[in-house]
Amino acid sequence: MDQPLAAATGATPPRPAGGRTLHRFANPGRFLRATGKLMPMLWGAALVVLGIGLVWGLLLSPPDWQQGETVRIMYVHVPMAWLAMGGYTGLAVLSVMSLIWRHPLADLTARELSPVGAAATALCLATGSLWGKPMWGTWWVWDARLTSVLVLFFLWLGHAALVRAFDDPERGARAGAILALVGIVNVPIVKFSVDWWNTLHQPASVTRLNAPGMHVDILYPLLVCALGFSLLFGAVVLARTRAAVMERRVRALQLARARREDAVPA
Amino acid sequence: MTLHWWHVLVSYLLTFAVFGALAIGAALRHRAAKRLLATLDPRGDRP
Repeated sequence: MDQPLAAATGATPPRPAGGRTLHRFANPGRFLRATGKLMPMLWGAALVVLGIGLVWGLLLSPPDWQQGETVRIMYVHVPMAWLAMGGYTGLAVLSVMSLIWRHPLADLTARELSPVGAAATALCLATGSLWGKPMWGTWWVWDARLTSVLVLFFLWLGHAALVRAFDDPERGARAGAILALVGIVNVPIVKFSVDWWNTLHQPASVTRLNAPGMHVDILYPLLVCALGFSLLFGAVVLARTRAAVMERRVRALQLARARREDAVPA
Repeated sequence: MTLHWWHVLVSYLLTFAVFGALAIGAALRHRAAKRLLATLDPRGDRP
């Protein structure tokens, strides 16, 4: 493990065989330099793609013959649902990296990912309610899809709270990783809930590639918005991770300074 | 403006407000950490 990393994180994970590439970016200086170049491009791409998606979805795409203008909520609701599930799968991958390779950057990224994932899931639920009231006549029903997404939201919140509940960040990261891996079972339940049970929520329409369930006038702006929100999600998580790496470095330096001052004889 | 459009507007505003707050929060944390690092480690090489 690189010395600057040990200084920054206080962690001393063993370097596994074959983990050289994986641990290359565990060096905080290298990570900050590499992502520093990437960040402006990521923010720029997110804003441009979202701008196009917003204009297309709000102004250029036609209203649905049944849903009317309310169909435009789908351009934010569906990307949030995909990010909630995809992000949680990413959290599980980071948890595997954390538990097997003890990768400190995986711990930090997971810690910074969970509040953003919780926000995306909350937005999925909120925009779904805002769509449901005019379309179904109710804000909420306890059907399998809505309930499993609510469970996913609680899993995100639980992870965010658990990793911050320990004085020792490594213990918090380990507990959070176990929770994330247990909770991953809920992701296929969310995905297939509309097939396994009778739900008020409609079945999958975008992912039926052999028989697309929506017209291209609605499908294309939806895909552009999904790409834009994915880029924005990635940019926010990366920006939070960069800030967290620097905060750990600050804490390590403050600790080193306090130790030096204690060592000086009065 | 119809009720349907109000629901659309609230959905978009809510989404961009939440992601805007997350982005601004990250930027403020980054700026504060960078300032502290400059004080604690003036010779440090950082972006």
